[in-house]
Amino acid sequence: MNFGKTLFNGIAAENPVFIQMLGMCPTLAVTTSAINGIGMGLATTAVLLGSNIVISAVKNFIPGKIRIPAFIVVIATFVTIVGLLMKAFVPALDKALGLFIPLIVVNCIILGRAEAFASKNSVVKSIADGVGMGIGFTAALFILGALREIIGAGTIFGTVIYSGYQPALIMILPPGAFLLLGLLLALFNWISIKKAGGENR
Amino acid sequence: MSAAGLFVILVSGILVNNFVMSRFLGICPFLGVSKQVETAVGMSMAVTFVMTLASIITYLVQYLLLAPLGLEYLQTIAFILVIAALVQFVEMVVQKVSPTLYKALGVYLPLITTNCAVLGVAILNIQSEYNLIETIVNAIGASIGFGLVIILFAGIRERLEIADVPAVFKGFPIALITASLMSMAFLGFAGLV
Repeated sequence: MNFGKTLFNGIAAENPVFIQMLGMCPTLAVTTSAINGIGMGLATTAVLLGSNIVISAVKNFIPGKIRIPAFIVVIATFVTIVGLLMKAFVPALDKALGLFIPLIVVNCIILGRAEAFASKNSVVKSIADGVGMGIGFTAALFILGALREIIGAGTIFGTVIYSGYQPALIMILPPGAFLLLGLLLALFNWISIKKAGGENR
Repeated sequence: MSAAGLFVILVSGILVNNFVMSRFLGICPFLGVSKQVETAVGMSMAVTFVMTLASIITYLVQYLLLAPLGLEYLQTIAFILVIAALVQFVEMVVQKVSPTLYKALGVYLPLITTNCAVLGVAILNIQSEYNLIETIVNAIGASIGFGLVIILFAGIRERLEIADVPAVFKGFPIALITASLMSMAFLGFAGLV
């Protein structure tokens, strides 16, 4: 079954953000602070887990030709559920993420996993995949959010780290998101080139 | 609403609140289809068409169907279905009218369904309580803004292909840093409206 391997696959080897470059819009848009990054990551994980379970469970009943619309309806249902729950229980976070909650439905990661994994694998494996990908996505958003918050506002989770630091506002603004992700990807490239040498990546 | 108001919406969509550069909508096609100017032009035309039509239809769905029935919470599901159906339709039209363009856009045309800019503009229209004309203007502004950025970016990336970029920055990293510089330039429009 290899539950652990599938799980780990999503977290590191096939990290949705850093390796697969999926779900870029929320990744860049909401990571203005660490808490926003985690919130978005967890919301996406919940949707991903739900849609992976349902899609892998009903995969044999969906005709191939209409599978994409069917997947989207399943995903949209979970997005609506998560959106309503967030409005009820964490209104502040819901407000901060705003438009990007309904937009989880068009997050390529979710449809991507539905098409590439859940529609071909068992429910248990799809759960592992959903959790792994979700954690990988959340971790990536947390890293970006935390770095942008530290550099751009001088705080982490809203707590001031060092009062003498003059925040570089640009990191909170849109250019900072592109810049930081570009630098992080270059860093990972550098690490994998150093480490692998002959490997294909 | 006066013509001046409509003009503000248009300019704001194209430059100030550019969908790609300041709202981060439509990043996937922005990074994915921007390797050549030609495909970028095709993609932005397809997006313009789908976005404008989708805005009109979702507007009608919202105010003629969902609101009277008290089903606003179904907005996300209803809108995404409308967009998915529209994209399917556009795909068939393009395949018939221009097989070359169809070949060039290849896998990206179905991906408009998951282009968050299209769903994003539809939801923003409702959130901003625009009327039908403002909705259309906003959609056109947003799609021109999207097209402008993606075509400019494709032009830069064509040059980057032949530039001597350090190995670790090849591909996405340098593209993202270029996007960052473009986004900085677009910040300059912030005080315009």
